[in-house]
Amino acid sequence: MSQTDQVFPNARKAGRYLYIATVVFLCAWVLVPLYLLFVNALSSAEAVNSFPKSALPEFDLGSLSFFAKFQGILDALKNSLIVATMTMVMSIAIGAPAGYALSRFEFRGKATFRLLILMTRAFPLPLLALPLAIMFIRTGLDDTALGLAFVHTTLAVPFAVLITFSLFSGIPLELEEAAWTLGCTRLTAFTKVVLPLILPGITASAIFAFVISWNEVFAAAVLTIENRTLTAFLLQNLDTTAIHLKFAGGFILVLPALIFIFAVRKYLFAMWGIANR
Amino acid sequence: MAEIQIKNVEKWFGSYQALKSIDLTISDQEFMVLLGASGCGKTTLLRIIAGLETASQGEVWINDRRIDHLAPKDRGIAMVFQNYAVFPHLTVFENIGFGLRMQRRPNHEVKARVERNAELMHIEQLLGRYSGELSGGQRQRVAVARALAMEPDVILMDEPLSNLDALLRLEMRAELKGVLAESKTTAIYVTHDQVEAMSLADRISVMHQGRIIQAADPLSVYRDPAERFVGSFIGNPPMNFLPATPEGGGKWRVAGQSYAGPKTDHTALDFAIRPEDLQPSAAGLAAVVKVVEPLGAHVLVTCAIDGQMFRAVLDSDTKLAAGETITLQPNADRIRWFDPQSQVLVR
Repeated sequence: MSQTDQVFPNARKAGRYLYIATVVFLCAWVLVPLYLLFVNALSSAEAVNSFPKSALPEFDLGSLSFFAKFQGILDALKNSLIVATMTMVMSIAIGAPAGYALSRFEFRGKATFRLLILMTRAFPLPLLALPLAIMFIRTGLDDTALGLAFVHTTLAVPFAVLITFSLFSGIPLELEEAAWTLGCTRLTAFTKVVLPLILPGITASAIFAFVISWNEVFAAAVLTIENRTLTAFLLQNLDTTAIHLKFAGGFILVLPALIFIFAVRKYLFAMWGIANR
Repeated sequence: MAEIQIKNVEKWFGSYQALKSIDLTISDQEFMVLLGASGCGKTTLLRIIAGLETASQGEVWINDRRIDHLAPKDRGIAMVFQNYAVFPHLTVFENIGFGLRMQRRPNHEVKARVERNAELMHIEQLLGRYSGELSGGQRQRVAVARALAMEPDVILMDEPLSNLDALLRLEMRAELKGVLAESKTTAIYVTHDQVEAMSLADRISVMHQGRIIQAADPLSVYRDPAERFVGSFIGNPPMNFLPATPEGGGKWRVAGQSYAGPKTDHTALDFAIRPEDLQPSAAGLAAVVKVVEPLGAHVLVTCAIDGQMFRAVLDSDTKLAAGETITLQPNADRIRWFDPQSQVLVR
């Protein structure tokens, strides 16, 4: 124990309590809404609208089935899936080669490039939404899955680049060099040696891009009218639909994202430098 | 037939010159060792021959074919890396057969060659394993087998034994020598370990600060170092040096003694003798004993002659104590002389 601890034992204890309290608060901040979502999605319409609420769900599928039958919801779900899949494919197609180049090559402007990649996230989407919408209308991309996928890809590419960069950096260049001496071109060395080794990581990166697109609300709401994604659909109908429907919708939105992120948590931890055994 | 010619190769990394005008010819089936300390350029030179680096200037020829603008796969070389570079996602069999599969060879040929080379390296029982299940020494053998299976014109090795423990290194050294002699392949081997170099090489190229100082067979490099650096780098313990002043007529004064040396008009020379070429005798260089190390096979005596540190390797029955004075007589045939300015051997 340091000098200060001996003189002010209470200060140290207080610090610990504060730390624990903050952790509990942050966990609650995330978990309580999820819990409410879970409870109410699995309750009947009456239970949701009553007060006080029961702590446990009734496991009534009434809300969920009503949700499934609600007009337009399944189309919206389908659109979300399409846009998210396109985003996933495009962000890996663009991000992985960039990650490889960053990890293997030295070139002028490399540091600036890395900074710029990150800086694209610094732009608030509301600022860009109107100009984007105008541009999309002009080019005919308005209200299309592809147009929205372009925007989502822009949001996801920084992560794809940084994750693949750290993946490629983990593969020793010696392995590729050995492949080159054994009859491989740069491309065949990549496909036969590097790719099999980073496939799990690339999959994680792809899923992460998928989730970014799946959760995105603002651009989806602004750039689509008829072909709404689920997030935009729910936002649009926020004030008009019944509350149990919104809970069910939220539940449908949150669940895949939760499952996916849980499945790839190991790679996200590695990226953020926390050892996960 | 695989003769290698390196003509006037230079390599710059920015403003740093890693290789200065390298000229070297390696004969067919010769085992050439590039020996030097870290940073001397030996690995850079090997990588230029392999095609993993491009020379800033100069040419590399294998068998009258200029190869320095070809990709590594088109040069007829195979390489063994310091960290083995065994592919972790493939079995030992698939690793050894990797190059052969890239050449689209028929299955039976791949199988035959993989098994033959695995037997050569004593790893035939490991063919189904993955590199994660292997020890360092086993991975090493896989790397060598993989290179040999290619039946290359030239095999290049970048300090392949340096990551092994001392005993394993000794074993592998002997094995490698035998295997490579049998395979009749020209070999270029990079190391900083002068014992490895002496043991394996047909010829050693001693490199220092981007130059090849001397390229000769091990005994010549040992007995007749071209420069002072070679004398002090090779041999353990290294060569001893003392300043010498001319007495005229080819005689030189060294620490109060007179020895016959070069008949040149240098104003000063460095007198050099190896520790094992000294004998205690009645006349000779007066030495004050500082440390006596009985090493079993011989006794290593560290002493001071004229205030300079001096080492002698004496018979194991020698009884000496620190503080005593002895006289050491050098073997006249083994005395060497170096120019103090240019560091070059003077005859």
